[in-house]
Formats: sequence, structure tokens, C-alpha cells
Amino acid sequence: MSRKLLLEHINVPGINTLEVYRQKGGYRAVEKALKTLTPEEIVEEVKKSGLRGRGGAGFPTGMKWSFLAKPEGVARYLVCNADESEPGTFKDRYLMTYIPHALIEGMIVSSFALGAKVSYIYVRGEMMPQIRILEKAIAEAKAAGWLGKNILGTGYDLELYVQPGGGAYICGEETALLESLEGKRGNPRIKPPFPAIAGLYGCPTVVNNVESIAAVVPIINDGGDEYAKIGIGRSTGTKLISASGNLVKPGVYEIELGLPVEEFIYSDEYCGGIANGKRLKATVAGGSSVPVLPANLTLKLANGEPRLMSYESLSEGGFATGTMLGSGGFIAFDEDQCIVRNTWNFSRFYHHESCGQCSPCREGTGWMEKVLHKIEHGHGTMEDVDLLWDIQRKIEGNTICPLGDAAAWPVASAIRHFRDEFEWHIKEPVKSQSQNYGIANYATPIEKAPVTEEK
Amino acid sequence: MLKVEEQTPVAFSSELLAKFDDVKSRYPEGKQKSALLPLLHLVQAEFLWVPTSAMDKIAEYLNIQPIEVYEVATFYTMYFLKPQGKYALEVCRTGPCCLVGAEKILSHLENKLGVKEGEVTADGLFSFRGVECLAACGYGPVLQISPEYTFYENLTEASVDKLIEDLKNKS
Repeated sequence: MSRKLLLEHINVPGINTLEVYRQKGGYRAVEKALKTLTPEEIVEEVKKSGLRGRGGAGFPTGMKWSFLAKPEGVARYLVCNADESEPGTFKDRYLMTYIPHALIEGMIVSSFALGAKVSYIYVRGEMMPQIRILEKAIAEAKAAGWLGKNILGTGYDLELYVQPGGGAYICGEETALLESLEGKRGNPRIKPPFPAIAGLYGCPTVVNNVESIAAVVPIINDGGDEYAKIGIGRSTGTKLISASGNLVKPGVYEIELGLPVEEFIYSDEYCGGIANGKRLKATVAGGSSVPVLPANLTLKLANGEPRLMSYESLSEGGFATGTMLGSGGFIAFDEDQCIVRNTWNFSRFYHHESCGQCSPCREGTGWMEKVLHKIEHGHGTMEDVDLLWDIQRKIEGNTICPLGDAAAWPVASAIRHFRDEFEWHIKEPVKSQSQNYGIANYATPIEKAPVTEEK
Repeated sequence: MLKVEEQTPVAFSSELLAKFDDVKSRYPEGKQKSALLPLLHLVQAEFLWVPTSAMDKIAEYLNIQPIEVYEVATFYTMYFLKPQGKYALEVCRTGPCCLVGAEKILSHLENKLGVKEGEVTADGLFSFRGVECLAACGYGPVLQISPEYTFYENLTEASVDKLIEDLKNKS
């Protein structure tokens, strides 16, 4: 069994209540932080831990915190990003549902470290049950003196509020989230200025993912150095992986970073293999935005070595043969799934969710959706594949926020690795309506690259 | 689309206004516009949709222009700008749910309820629509029912039938 930091007590009955959470050592980090550490020391521990943002970007959390401007007399804010909307990702929902105090404890420690007196948890509006759970847990914590005025007699005051979103993927982008929290449409802001300088209400603000904030608790309890010992290389600690698609046991798993992908998919400790005895065709390893990979490149690097669940190993080979860890939304496709149909589905999603500010994204996502719809439904031409390639290239890098890139990458990677499947849809317009292209050679083992003598 | 001329007069109860006040107190002085999204949710929970007249009243309450409410209500997908069924079923139709049969659930609902996406059944009880990722991909196919947003996972045609019957019997 691998080490669990966030989900260690997830199966303890009543762990969602303050009482049981306390019995299992909960809120120790708040006591330690507020009574024995300075805010600077907490930031230092988080830096030492090597924790990287768990929402998708993977930016070092401690470094993000150290950028926070601290002008005299200006309020600072911590905003938790719980707008979990990336297709394939449902770990934050899980954490908030079953162990809400882990997030609240992390929020208190982090707010103290950043000097925030009021903090918000921005939860996507569809998660009303989770909002109710969090509000109840906050009320419990407040009644017990963990929130409010003069916490533990240290003179530190903190109010924590839950803010519902309105159903918009774009609000997971931190500046769109801040706009939404200010009661506006979720249009991302142009950066700079970064939120660390001018964020919520124009004040210095840190926006962190739910899992990142919850991870601060074990970092403070055990020390940043201990946390950094877990994992592999610059991928320190544990990561919640949301596993979905055609798996025997989909669900949320906490893994030590560095776990081989093959073990994650096939071992009984994790996903238990592909459902219904089928074979793996492809995966999307980090949420719908990251490149899709055929089975062979999922399990092995281009040089034949095993691929690991870590930031570095998943992106090994760049976009030519690699992908990204992203938010940890691991989607598995069995041999009967159609890559064209799925790519069309994802494109519709991005078209639907584009905020409309930047022309390349607003127009491009709609185009891609239409062209993919055409190919999937048997009306495509060979030029359409090149057209798709052309459109995605014109979106990538040409928008204010990363939604444009996120829309372009699934299309680009699908054509890069599955071009023959697109072409089959075009050559076989009738057959492709009732049959699937199947697994083809996507699972064929990659030959280890021949070793060449250096001259 | 939003039709500004569509006026259904609404009255805000004192209980609802008390909830408004509670929400408004969460933000610093002068930043009360932040309450807009939560207030729209409260209104929708009360009336099962958000009539334009309610938006006007929210604007008045927050001391902002009505257009500031309209632009927000039309941007976010959760706000119903026309009346729905008493139970508004929302089925996730994004990638991972489709891998495990969400499309079948949507077409089954259409047959079962005898209405198209976005329409309300004659008895006023049900409406349904496909929505984008609900962040429950491992338990797909999933649907949620507003205004409580109760969640139903691992759907099959049989479990959807049972759900519909249960809801019918309840009302």
C-alpha cells in the first residue's frame, strides 16, 4: 500500500464531522502554525515541500505564495479554487464531500501564512450538496473556535465563506474566477497584473486549488522536508487521481507521484484493469485538455522505458510522444471507443465553455466542433483533417487565457496519433456510422529505440 | 435568450430577503455586487427559474444597474431564464460520461418523458437537458435535479425509469 496523506482516514465513519476529524489528529496543523510558526516560516515549509499546484498548471505553490504583494493597510485574500470542471476530474468533489475539514484546516493555515483575514472557497454552483457540507463544517469549526475572532487566543482573526459559481468552466481560470467572485461574467483578465499584485477587489490575492490547500496540512504537520521525500524528482508528495472511463474500478485514488502508469491502470489496488475484459486503446492522463495518447505511449515512453505518474514522466517527449499530468483526470478508452467521436465531444465542450472574449477561441472552437461533427457523421473530406490542424494551430497561444490551448491540444493530439482513424471515417462514410475503427495498432508495443554508438 | 419584455411579477418574502442580507454580509463594504451569483441561486431555488422581474429586484437590492444582472444571468448556464419542470433533470453529456453510456440515457429520457430537450412535460413535472461535465466522471452516467441539485450516479435505463416513477409518486 502506498502512503496516504490526504485520504488516510477517508474510511473512518464520521470523518466528515469535526469531532471525529479531531480524534484523528485534525486541526493539529492549525495549532502548530498559529502558535509556533511565523507566516514566513510556513511559506518556507511549503517551498521546501516542493508542492506544485494540483489544479492543473503544476506551478510551485510556495513560490506563488512568495510573490504575494504586502502593501501596508491593504487587505490580502486567499481564494480556494473549487470550480472543478475539467472533464475527467472529480477529486475535489470527493475531498469536499467526505473530508471537508481537511480543506478548512488547510484554508486556516494558508490564510494565516498569507495574512488573509477573509478567505473564500469558490465552489462550482452545481456542487450544491458540497456547498451545504462545507457550510456545515465551517459552522462547526467556528463554534469550536477554529475560525472567527482571536483564534486559539493568538489574536489572529479569520472569516471563511463559501461562494457558489453559476456553471461556467472558464471560472476555473483564476482571473475569471475572481471576476465571477466579484459578481461579474467570468471573463479572464489580461495578465499582468497577476492576482498576487491585483486580484480580488484589486487587492493582492492567492488562488489555490482545493487539493493544494489540503496538502498544506500534512506539510505543516510533518515538515516540508518530509513531504519532499515522497514522490519522485520534482514531483513531490502524493496526488489525487480521478480515474474514469472504461475501467473496472473508476474512482478517486491517492497515489505517490512516480507510480508506473501500468500499475495504476492494471493493479487491483487501483483501477483493476479495463472493464469487461477489453483492451486499452487510449488514455487522456490529466483531464480533457491534455493530449490524448494511444495505449502504447501511455504505458511506455518512446524509448521503451515505463511511463510514470509524475509531472516529468507524463510530459516526457513533449507533445510528440507525451502528454501532461494536468489535474490528474485520468480517462481510459477501451478498444470499442471512437477517438473521432470523443474529440468531437470535447470540442463541443470547449465551444460551449469559451467565454467569447478572444476571437481565435470563440470562432475556432465552433469551427472545430462543426468540422469534427461532419467527419464523425460521415460527411468529411481529407481536407477537413488539414483544416482542423490549421484551426487548432491558430488558436493555440493566441488567447488571453489557456482555454484556447486546452481546446486545441485534444484536437491536435488526436490527429497526431490517430490520423488513420480520422481518414477511415472519411473513406468509409457508411461503415463508420455503424462500426468502430477498433484498436488498430495503438496497443502494439513500441520497439525500444536502437542504441547508436557515439562517434 | 433573455426577453426583457417577459415580465412575471414576483414578490420576495421576508425569509428570502433575510437570506439575501446574510449573503450580502460576506463581502467588504462597497463590494456587495459579489452577492449577485448567490442571490440568483436563491431566487431560482424559490421560483424554480429566474424571471426578469426578479433580476430587476435584485439590481435594486444590490444598488446596481439591471443590465449588470442580465449579463451575469445569461452568461452562466445554471440560471433558467424560462420556466422549467418542477424537477429539472440535467444529464452530463461530456466525454467520460459518454464513454459509459450518457447518450443512451439522454435519448431514453426523451422517449420516456415524451418531450424534447428543454421542453416541459404537460403535467409540468419534468424537463430535461444535457449539460457539460458535472465533475463526477468516475460514477457516470450521472444526472442532477435542481433546485436541490441531488445527484444520481451510475445511471441505467432501469434506474432512470425508477427515478421518474419515484418523483411522480412524490408529487
